[in-house]
Amino acid sequence: MARKPIQFRLNGKDEAVFVEEGQNLLDALRRQVGDTSPKYGCGQGTCGACTVLVDGEPRLSCLMLAESAEGASIETTAGLAGAELHPLQRAFLDGFAAQCGYCTSGMLMSAKALLDRNPSPTREQVVDAISGNICRCTGYEPIIDAILDAAARGAGRRSA
Amino acid sequence: MAKHRGRGVATINYPIGMNLGGDPSQALVHSNPDGKFGVALSSIDLGQGMKSVTRQIAAETLGVPVEDVYVDTADSDTGPHCMGSFASRGTHRVGNAVIAAAKEARAVMLEAAAEELEVNPEDLETDGKGNIHVKGAPSRSISTGAACAAAQFKQGRTVSGRGIFLIPLSDVDPDTGEMTPVSCFAHAALVVEVEVDDETGELSVVEMNSAYELGRALNPKLVEQQLVGGAWMGLSHAAFETTEPYYPEREHGPVDYNGYPMPGPGDIAPHNISVLERPAPDGPYGGKGPGEMCANPVLPAVANAVFNAVGIRVDTLPITPERILRGLKAQGGARPQARR
Repeated sequence: MARKPIQFRLNGKDEAVFVEEGQNLLDALRRQVGDTSPKYGCGQGTCGACTVLVDGEPRLSCLMLAESAEGASIETTAGLAGAELHPLQRAFLDGFAAQCGYCTSGMLMSAKALLDRNPSPTREQVVDAISGNICRCTGYEPIIDAILDAAARGAGRRSA
Repeated sequence: MAKHRGRGVATINYPIGMNLGGDPSQALVHSNPDGKFGVALSSIDLGQGMKSVTRQIAAETLGVPVEDVYVDTADSDTGPHCMGSFASRGTHRVGNAVIAAAKEARAVMLEAAAEELEVNPEDLETDGKGNIHVKGAPSRSISTGAACAAAQFKQGRTVSGRGIFLIPLSDVDPDTGEMTPVSCFAHAALVVEVEVDDETGELSVVEMNSAYELGRALNPKLVEQQLVGGAWMGLSHAAFETTEPYYPEREHGPVDYNGYPMPGPGDIAPHNISVLERPAPDGPYGGKGPGEMCANPVLPAVANAVFNAVGIRVDTLPITPERILRGLKAQGGARPQARR
């Protein structure tokens, strides 16, 4: 199969990889780049575990063709923490918002997309923002609380 | 056409562990030369907190800071035997095995410290902060790390311990049929308030209130997390999830998340939980564990609440709008019961 070179920014760094025709972005990130922070859940865009930010917008990387990421700026959970944890990560940790942890990566990215454009969301807006992310363990309540807690700590006002 | 409120109650006595051929779990504890401890288990952490709670139990028994304990549950090929993470048995069975193993390792650690301090091991105590000192004389002290290093490099001892906890198979008395299938029960009561739309059959949960008695809550935040998440799973089973088709052919059943409904973050109801702590005599530091009963009482409570709201008994799960509408049709409309 023909392979195609693509270039994009990943968490602020330049990446150049060869991808196959029809390969999805999730697969390219995990296999070609080696960033395993986006998770493979359903592979059909219903669980949200693979959520990444593409030019600031939350996208299901399992449904996005890798070659359409050409020139884009992509953010994943692996790039969230700097010298310290991102306030969202800190709030998830403090609020026991993860159990098995498989949905956490996608939840964090959906939450970051929300707080980046709306630093002080209502509870309903948080629920709406994570409505495409399935969690099997927590019952969602600790996750919603953690996102609101991160907003209160100023997560959305942080410069990207 | 109207929406009807109803309230349903369920109570539960839930067995911790099981009795099919005996119910054992093993643990192995050993120190590294830097005084940190490894705990080897085959009891898998599914996200319920197995590693956290066994780490706490090991640290408490050894008398070292929790940061000095590493729990490895990774490999059932090389780890000591465990029946598994099921039957609400993890905290109770594995916790007791960890206590036994940690006690044995602690005894060797104190013997090694006693030799270094030239005192009797019986005269030593730990401060839980990484030090061992002579009772009543805190200045006569050695760190747990130094004691473990001395054991390995000077004295030639292994600071290690083996532990097993076994609930043996209970025989059945041939005359009376009497047996002891379970040694330890946890208890809970749960009240669910629902709203049923008699036009669409839609069921929504308005509020849940529950009280759980599960021994000592060894990690209160983990207990709360289990109870909140487990109740959501119970609600999901009560009203949403099924692998069986609603329609005549099996092929019409769900094959992916698009056809397998579960409540999302917008479907959750406030859940007020009261945790009653009554330490279990045979539990590790009194713990029993929340386990499966986080989810179970939600199902009958929701079914009872639907009956209270519209007077129909849905006896097949999940309680879908279709089943509610069929029940209402057969009954000739909603018959709200006395408000409880």
